[in-house]
Amino acid sequence: MRWLARRLPSGRTLVTSVPYLWLLVFFLIPFVIVLKISFSEAAIAMPPYQPLLHWASDKLLQVHLNLGNFAFLVEDNLYWRSYLNSIFVAGVSTLLCLLIGYPMAYAMARSSPSTRNILLLLAVLPFFTSFLLRVYAWIGLLKNNGLVNNALMALGLIDQPIQMLQTDFAVYIGMVYSYLPFMILPLYANLEKLDLTLLEAAADLGCRPWQAFMKVTLPLSLPGVIAGCLLVFIPAVGEFVIPSLLGDPGMLMIGKVLWTEFFNNRDWPVASAVAIALLLFLVLPIMYLDRAQSRANEDGEHN
Amino acid sequence: MATSPRATQQKFQPWTDPDAKPYVRIDKVTKKFGDFIAVDDVSLDIYQKEIFCLLGASGCGKTTLLRMLAGFEKPTTGRIFIDGVDMTAIPPYERPVNMMFQSYAVFPHMTVEQNVAFGLKQEGLARAEIAKRVAEMLELVRLGQFGKRKPHQLSGGQRQRVALARALVKKPKLLLLDEPLAALDKKLREHTQFELINIQETLGVTFVVVTHDQEEAMTLSTRVGLMNHGEIIQVGTPSEMYEYPNSRFVAEFIGSVNTFEGKLIEDEPSYVRIHSDALEAPIYVDHGVSSAPGATVWAAVRPEKIQLSRDKPADADNWAYGVVQDIAYMGDVSIYLVRLDSGKVVRVTQPNVYRHADDNFTWDERVYLRWHASSPVVVTK
Repeated sequence: MRWLARRLPSGRTLVTSVPYLWLLVFFLIPFVIVLKISFSEAAIAMPPYQPLLHWASDKLLQVHLNLGNFAFLVEDNLYWRSYLNSIFVAGVSTLLCLLIGYPMAYAMARSSPSTRNILLLLAVLPFFTSFLLRVYAWIGLLKNNGLVNNALMALGLIDQPIQMLQTDFAVYIGMVYSYLPFMILPLYANLEKLDLTLLEAAADLGCRPWQAFMKVTLPLSLPGVIAGCLLVFIPAVGEFVIPSLLGDPGMLMIGKVLWTEFFNNRDWPVASAVAIALLLFLVLPIMYLDRAQSRANEDGEHN
Repeated sequence: MATSPRATQQKFQPWTDPDAKPYVRIDKVTKKFGDFIAVDDVSLDIYQKEIFCLLGASGCGKTTLLRMLAGFEKPTTGRIFIDGVDMTAIPPYERPVNMMFQSYAVFPHMTVEQNVAFGLKQEGLARAEIAKRVAEMLELVRLGQFGKRKPHQLSGGQRQRVALARALVKKPKLLLLDEPLAALDKKLREHTQFELINIQETLGVTFVVVTHDQEEAMTLSTRVGLMNHGEIIQVGTPSEMYEYPNSRFVAEFIGSVNTFEGKLIEDEPSYVRIHSDALEAPIYVDHGVSSAPGATVWAAVRPEKIQLSRDKPADADNWAYGVVQDIAYMGDVSIYLVRLDSGKVVRVTQPNVYRHADDNFTWDERVYLRWHASSPVVVTK
């Protein structure tokens, strides 16, 4: 028995291996496949790209690494304009989510425990319906003879419908509406933990309520702000459904470009290169920030 | 009971001076939370440079009273004056009062220096002035080398001193301390008590301290206010509270005491005699008591004021006879629990004067108890 116990992995290893296995199967392996495709050449075949490895003769294995897909991304300004526009739209959406979500999370954290649970339920309630259906519903609200325009006309505020659908405005509405809960939840979790005697201490030391907020609540909630912003910004950059359904068809978004390359042009290698480049654009700055933050924390401990 | 370091300062007694102006005046203050009365019609005068302790069990209203002084709670009725100014409606950030919180409430995202400088920055003082005062204050609380540390890198005792420095650096008229030593271990607590008194004497700030620990209250304070159910039961110096309690509640809350319920059988201006069913001999007290003959009274005798002996006392009064039921050796004293023939258990403490005491009383030994006629305190409620 002892012989067996020494050779079997411990319970701790078993438990921690589950998420690693999950990430390996559903993230790392697909990522490697996409990375592989991004270095191959397009072909009219099934699948529509040429293999990287090729037996030239019995004993000669050739590796074809096609860097042309990445070069193409740099040469054609469609791609980097799409990247920049996506980052801009995602940035503005994140900022709007923060401006709307922070007061909501704050109000939730400060309400009585029973109200708090109801508000929390309301914040996650949209998830009970499909994301796609909820975005479609906005078409019904925003179109020219939709609910909003009809209501404004009935009230006599406008004479003819305002063009809202297929504008950037509609995209921002859809983005903020869809991603707001991802901002509220981490902020709420953070603000709810705040020790209220710290605010009393600030008041005791001469802070008016808004000063106490700026000097105590806000800095202490920064981890929640960062978590919420990342949770909104990262999926928003690659967002495809909202700009397709609500936005101007000419709107340049990298998610739409990827879709077009993949399905309309059937150019899997370029589509993969677009995806890899997007990943690098997002992950590298975040990793750098994370490093910088942990370094700052360590510095504090060694002083 | 630890000797109070205040003993050297017996002359500091502004409350006995009819001309002295109270620095803090709590005037008929009541605080209700819904139907619950947390503070019930409390009036209290506190003088400049006092260390005034509000003592009581948890839920007695002492913290609510302190929070009203800080401005975190508004009295339902009544007024609060500090240095002659009505503070009742003044918000906490405009009061010349600072508080040291029980949890210390040190800002976790700031260094020690930033914590201490916080209140001064809020006042808008010049940078150089702030740096100077922060450095002085950190020196005073012996945190000079720790200025750049974050609170999570400090021990509990160091965090406590940060909280103290942060409150004192503003030079408040009044410093409020909510259970200042409760989170410290016993040795550090005793040490810090004396440090607090030294700092208070150096700066001359008036302290109001809330505590549930009677020993802490006795050591720190010039005067103690004992609270129960939102009311102040008695206010007095530590020795007044101990030697002249005005009720059984005070006698039993502060220190240990043996109370004998009885009836006045002789009631003269210069002495009284009390018969208690618990004792064979009557209790003789060498001063008069304002109560009617036949009334039920309680005679309270402190354990250290009772002597044990093997011989029967010669006096007719103030003795009892019983069996040693339990002994607790505490080092400096031993505590004897003596069961009288009536069934009543009396607590007696005897100093351990000699290192080798083969002659000490032992378990199941029959002993006589006696006390001096000045020892019992007679209370009528």
